[in-house]
Amino acid sequence: MTTDTQKEMTVKEKKELATAAEQTRPGALFVPNVDIFETEKEITLLADLPGVTTEHLTIDLRDNILTLSGEVAPFEGADEKDLLIEYEVGKYYRQFTLSDAIAQNKIDAQLKDGVLRLTLPKVEKAKPRTITVSAG
Amino acid sequence: MFFPRVFGVPSFGSMRPFEELSRMRRQMDRMMDSFMEPQLQGLRSGVFPAVNLTEDDNHFYLRAELPGVKAEALDIQATGRNITIVGERKLDTEDATARYHRREREGGRFSRALAMPKEIDADRVEARMQNGVLTLKVPKAESAKPRRIAIGN
Repeated sequence: MTTDTQKEMTVKEKKELATAAEQTRPGALFVPNVDIFETEKEITLLADLPGVTTEHLTIDLRDNILTLSGEVAPFEGADEKDLLIEYEVGKYYRQFTLSDAIAQNKIDAQLKDGVLRLTLPKVEKAKPRTITVSAG
Repeated sequence: MFFPRVFGVPSFGSMRPFEELSRMRRQMDRMMDSFMEPQLQGLRSGVFPAVNLTEDDNHFYLRAELPGVKAEALDIQATGRNITIVGERKLDTEDATARYHRREREGGRFSRALAMPKEIDADRVEARMQNGVLTLKVPKAESAKPRRIAIGN
């Protein structure tokens, strides 16, 4: 898939999450689209989270499981009546398993224009190192 | 679908095949449901972006989710009763050495026109882009606002 900017965007349904565990509060739960790529020194995760502000975004990391959870306030004012609703608004939730090769205390998160950029630096020892052998 | 029910018997290998089949049947049911969903959603134009249109007495509100699209990349026009939203979503160019594990986000151009149900005041449309959500506040023309009629006696 190329990001050729000449192509037209198509509308996609938001993916709903089917989990075994029910939520305590009712509302739709969506799986945000993410891009994950890695370079030599870090892994970067980009997630589309429109409508989520930093106060409502929770990034949880425990037992090598990274959980992204974002709340979106319902957009309608009290007096508004719906005329055409093409997309639902609801929480975003997604989990990933991280490998041990991530320096978990140096993770950086930036949320801008509804896109989260999570930078996960790799631990030093994940980089290959040649070991010199001295003749003894 | 026939599958045997046995109580209190340790699971032997022969009991498992029916488990598989009933699990497959449930998966098929779920797949059928997800195919049916789009039709049930109703009036979809299929054009990006998906919008939500609401109204109150004085305004129409048009909202669209456009994460990562900056205000400068958007061109919003109001003509007569029509609102057009044209723009481009550019994904950040990353390091050339990056190797992708997942690629779900899309970029590209989009262009959508929407006709408002009633006459609008095209000169006073307000647009706001916040957290990746575009909100257009479209005032209704005076003639389109509801009139409360008092009942005399």
